[in-house]
Amino acid sequence: MTGLAAIFRKELADHFNSKRFIILFLLVYLAAIATTYVAAQNIRSGITESTQFIFLRLFIVSGEALPFSLPLFLSLFIPVVGIALGFDAVSGERASGTLSRLLAQPVYRDSVINGKFLAGLTTLSVLVASIVALVAGMGLRMIGVPPNAEEILRIFGLVVLSIVYGAFWMSLAVLFSVFFSRTATSALASIAIWIFLLLFMSMIARLIAGAVVPIDQNSTAEQVVRFEEVYRMISRISPNTLYAEAFAALMTPELGTLSVMLLQESIISGMVPTPLPLSQSLSLIWPQITSLIALAALCFAISYVKFMREEIRST
Amino acid sequence: MSQQAIIETSDLTKAYHNFVAVDKLNLRVGEGEVFGFLGPNGAGKTTTILMLLGLTEPTSGFAKICGYNPTREPVKVKRMVGYMPEKVGFYEDLSARENLEYTAWLNGLPKAEALKKVKETLESVGLGEAIDQKVGKFSHGMKQRLGIADVMIKDPKAAFFDEPTSGIDPEGIEQILSLIKEMARRKVTIILSSHQLHQVQKICTRVGILSKGRLVADGTVDHLGREALDGGKYQIQLQVAEPSTRLVSAIRDIKGVRGVESAGDLLMISCDEDLRPQLARTVVDNDCLLVQMKIQEYGLEEIYMKYFRGAE
Repeated sequence: MTGLAAIFRKELADHFNSKRFIILFLLVYLAAIATTYVAAQNIRSGITESTQFIFLRLFIVSGEALPFSLPLFLSLFIPVVGIALGFDAVSGERASGTLSRLLAQPVYRDSVINGKFLAGLTTLSVLVASIVALVAGMGLRMIGVPPNAEEILRIFGLVVLSIVYGAFWMSLAVLFSVFFSRTATSALASIAIWIFLLLFMSMIARLIAGAVVPIDQNSTAEQVVRFEEVYRMISRISPNTLYAEAFAALMTPELGTLSVMLLQESIISGMVPTPLPLSQSLSLIWPQITSLIALAALCFAISYVKFMREEIRST
Repeated sequence: MSQQAIIETSDLTKAYHNFVAVDKLNLRVGEGEVFGFLGPNGAGKTTTILMLLGLTEPTSGFAKICGYNPTREPVKVKRMVGYMPEKVGFYEDLSARENLEYTAWLNGLPKAEALKKVKETLESVGLGEAIDQKVGKFSHGMKQRLGIADVMIKDPKAAFFDEPTSGIDPEGIEQILSLIKEMARRKVTIILSSHQLHQVQKICTRVGILSKGRLVADGTVDHLGREALDGGKYQIQLQVAEPSTRLVSAIRDIKGVRGVESAGDLLMISCDEDLRPQLARTVVDNDCLLVQMKIQEYGLEEIYMKYFRGAE
């Protein structure tokens, strides 16, 4: 595609030279250090009972003294990165008057949006990969147990999952940057969606679940489980939930199911959770991953169509 | 126009929800012409240029640039056409050199050639000193000149400048106009949109006046001036001491004179061409004393009045 390489190169250089990127990278370092610190406190003191996947515990331990856990951090950090990389993709160029000049060059319009998206995705991948690599590297030095092949694959899966999650947020931000002419509006719109999904989605899901399956103190265990099922179903609209579930299944091989019902049963029947093989964990979270990809693709497609048809004025 | 048409439009129309921005525009600009595209704000100049570049789709009609339809083959058109938008913007965090290098790459210039050409072009627009300065620190005039360099770097066959002189001091305007003139000397077809007639007049070989989306006039500034004045006629004012009726009838007999009106010692003569020499002789031949004679020049104001004000 004409011009794609030039646009990609320029956008990538912009990302890596921006102050935004330096700030994000500092956060990555902080997170890695905090994770390793928390893990050092917990894993050494022998909290972990299963020794089979000790390396993966690095990524999921949460501290009691220091309230920090990598899953929580990533589920907050990745949307911020995605939004930061995408919110001014088109609106920024429009505001500075460079868009009409750029589109007067012999490049296809899709090259512009594709180049920007690819550059953002590359930057995102670098950030995510470095955070995981930092945690793995520092953790390895500390616990001294090298990861086995399956653990490496699972960690790799985590990187891919996180990139997909970030890609969704970035395409959402790009979508708003196409629709809103002002950069600030576009950023705020993305942040509003993020906050809504983060804070209000679970509230709304709880309300709806309460309306569908009313429960009180006298409810049977069955009703509570049904309530929980409905609640989860609804909160799966939110990509945050999808990411959290996929994260958990990927990093905790012992997690045999994402369904409350089955989990409940296995606890009641006193089953000892046996770790799932990777392929089983993957098939468990397949719906989550495909939903995330579909959401990202949907946002991207809408912004693509809108951008292709748009009239580009310099004022 | 014997030259090959570089830009041609046929009933080019752009309608928005509630109004027609460009209404059945038929335009033909030949190779090497400097075409001034005039009109008040909101007349449809920018919309026309956007359609010529394929940045917006016409509602009906079509345009052809160097034989290509900009709606169907925008990239081919953009390869040959440079465009400087009205509010030209650059990446403020990048230097002038980096901004132009980006344009050069987008145009597919090889890296080594691009580097050389960027330097040459920046020097030719007088920005050689500021080559590594960030564009954010540039003055408005410098940015406009950078905009022209941005067009020049792709060696276009045709270049569109949308209001290149708005908001610039007189010296800056002079520089920009001379740069555009320089491009025209190198056989680049130029379309210059503006609402400032007196600037356009200096460099344009032909102007078209757009009003409410319609092309109301098309021709040289000189020709339009006469049109505006009195339907293409020349007005000569003659003052003689004691005009006689014989003189008036003698003047009426001169070939080309359309009408004579007398008021005291003033005679207003309208004629098809500049007949001042013949008139002078007639006055002398009729034993009258010529006090003064002047041809009424058209002013740009008349053109404005006729085409801009009249349309509002």
